[in-house]
Amino acid sequence: MDQVVSLLQGFGVVLSVYHLWLMLLGIMLGILVGVLPGLGGPNGVAILLPLTFTMPPTSAIIMLSCIYWGALFGGAITSILFNIPGEPSSVATTFDGYPLAQQGRAGEALTAAFSGSFVGALLGVLLITFMAPLVARFALKFGPPEFFAVYLLTFCSFIGMGREAPLKSIVAMMLGFGMAAMGMDTMSGQIRMTYGLPQLMQGIDFLIAVIGLFGIGEILLTMEEGLAFKGKAANISPKVVFQTWARLPRYWLTLIRSSIIGCWMGITPGGATAASFMGYGIAKKFSRNGDKFGTGQVEGVLAPEVAAHASGTSALLPMLALGIPGSATAAVLLGGLMIWGLEPGPLLFIEHKEFVWGLIASMYLGNVAGLIIVLSTVPLFAAILRVPFSIIAPMIIILCAIGAYTVHNSMFDVGLMLLFGVVGYFFKKLDYPLAPLVLSLVLGDKAEDAFRQTMLASKGDVTIFASNWLVGSITLLALVLLFWPLLVGIWNKLRTSRQVPAT
Amino acid sequence: MGISRRTAELAVAIGIFIIGIAIIGDSIHLGIGWSNNSPEPGYFPVRVGGILALASIGIAIQALLDKSPASLQEFVSWQRFRLVLAVFVPTVAYVVVMMLAGIYVSSALFIAAFMAVSRKFNWFVILTISVGSMLVVFWLFEIEFLVPLPKGPLETWLGY
Repeated sequence: MDQVVSLLQGFGVVLSVYHLWLMLLGIMLGILVGVLPGLGGPNGVAILLPLTFTMPPTSAIIMLSCIYWGALFGGAITSILFNIPGEPSSVATTFDGYPLAQQGRAGEALTAAFSGSFVGALLGVLLITFMAPLVARFALKFGPPEFFAVYLLTFCSFIGMGREAPLKSIVAMMLGFGMAAMGMDTMSGQIRMTYGLPQLMQGIDFLIAVIGLFGIGEILLTMEEGLAFKGKAANISPKVVFQTWARLPRYWLTLIRSSIIGCWMGITPGGATAASFMGYGIAKKFSRNGDKFGTGQVEGVLAPEVAAHASGTSALLPMLALGIPGSATAAVLLGGLMIWGLEPGPLLFIEHKEFVWGLIASMYLGNVAGLIIVLSTVPLFAAILRVPFSIIAPMIIILCAIGAYTVHNSMFDVGLMLLFGVVGYFFKKLDYPLAPLVLSLVLGDKAEDAFRQTMLASKGDVTIFASNWLVGSITLLALVLLFWPLLVGIWNKLRTSRQVPAT
Repeated sequence: MGISRRTAELAVAIGIFIIGIAIIGDSIHLGIGWSNNSPEPGYFPVRVGGILALASIGIAIQALLDKSPASLQEFVSWQRFRLVLAVFVPTVAYVVVMMLAGIYVSSALFIAAFMAVSRKFNWFVILTISVGSMLVVFWLFEIEFLVPLPKGPLETWLGY
């Protein structure tokens, strides 16, 4: 039980006044970021990342991961009270959450959503605690071919498992790789693809892309959709909370199902959004009250929230153990690790034990604290949404601009952010997924290095990706995931054609 | 009559195709083969550019073949797009002013402009919120976190 000992040491790191204060701050900021349109997990973390450059890495990651939890909690508030998902992953929460609020049962819906999030996150953290060290130990055997195969697996699962058109996922991904390749080539030292602009020598920072795509793009889209916050009152009393909690064990099967879906979708980067829809869909299919879903069922709030939070949490498992993030926010956090001078990947568990276990311990504490804070501050955050949009909108844009500027203290980046905002607007409108773009932008250099080192070893022979059982099975799994929709289609066709003669 | 969703799909696909070709072009320039027994700098990007160009052709073909009513729908109505521009154009202006006057003055003006246009506030509220929020930002960044933000003539005059 090495893990338990390490975890206790982790708690030792986290339990200081400074760290607890950072957790509190992070969660409050996170909820705020989750509630406001145009600010979400990925760009909330991206905007605040420059402020942490001077902090010790452990303190910085504690605060930033707490922003992440807070954003996941906060997304549910707007979904239930305003029928506006604050985060893409809480779209499915509106299906039953808003009807509940309309019936005057907002307190119940919010309690169910937060408690569900908490359960999902807890299972995700347990999975990380016990699985991540094993995965990391296993991954120590990896060489460049294996690492490239794992990258391939990550990107293939995005294409095959994502909800968007596969070609659009591919485009998003390749744009990320292209931008990552800009500037100085890490192996030859040559300058690539700057097209005469000296500002591009350093390449494009992923933080600028995230702030533009998710922040400015989202604001533009929100404006177009004509935002009007006509919300239901939020009143959570301790009585409602305990009543709802007393009824939760009844839905244990839904909780378990959604947790498993969430954990799976988080580790393979399907993302929290896909997980929440899948959790909702499956609960609807298997629940006894399935036909009543959509009219205000507590179970219909639980199912997507549990899955979203389980997925959001377990997305950090591959990030910690392999250096491969399972979601856009995890990608931003990973980028942060590199900025703080930590090399993400299996060695992190050996060389920076204190950092890893501090982070894992903070996940436990962060989620407990998050649950308590969010339950007690819902009215406050609901009130923020009643601030007129003509004040909120410019302030969000200013925050984005400050965030973009502070990355490199460069005005050029602020302009670049605007450009990314336009791209984000069009991509969102045309259903291009943004998460793969961020992921490949963060991982681009590493993936390219792994690919070139592999090719160097094999003298350009791609069959090296099937040369031993380890790399071969990862590559095979990647291809299966890539063609997953196709395989399912063929399977269904075979089944129906076999059934036709039988009838 | 605005542009249809299909036209927008095509336009974006063409843009992506051009980016793909640009990446291929630059990669060929850098060298896409082998030298000294190792892959040249353009070895990886040329593949990225190639996939990008091919995928954009695929998207364009899909958009052309798509005869569903959704694809013929308007991409965005002019009325709604005006709302987008109503935020985007001032934001561009904001960034331009920021380059001249620093972040604090431009941000205060930006908030004030939005509030004034909405016509819901009197000048006192506008002044308090726009200047007050920038004082908070100044305190937070310059004094608490010691992160310098771009400053203009006003700050220089005040001694910062």
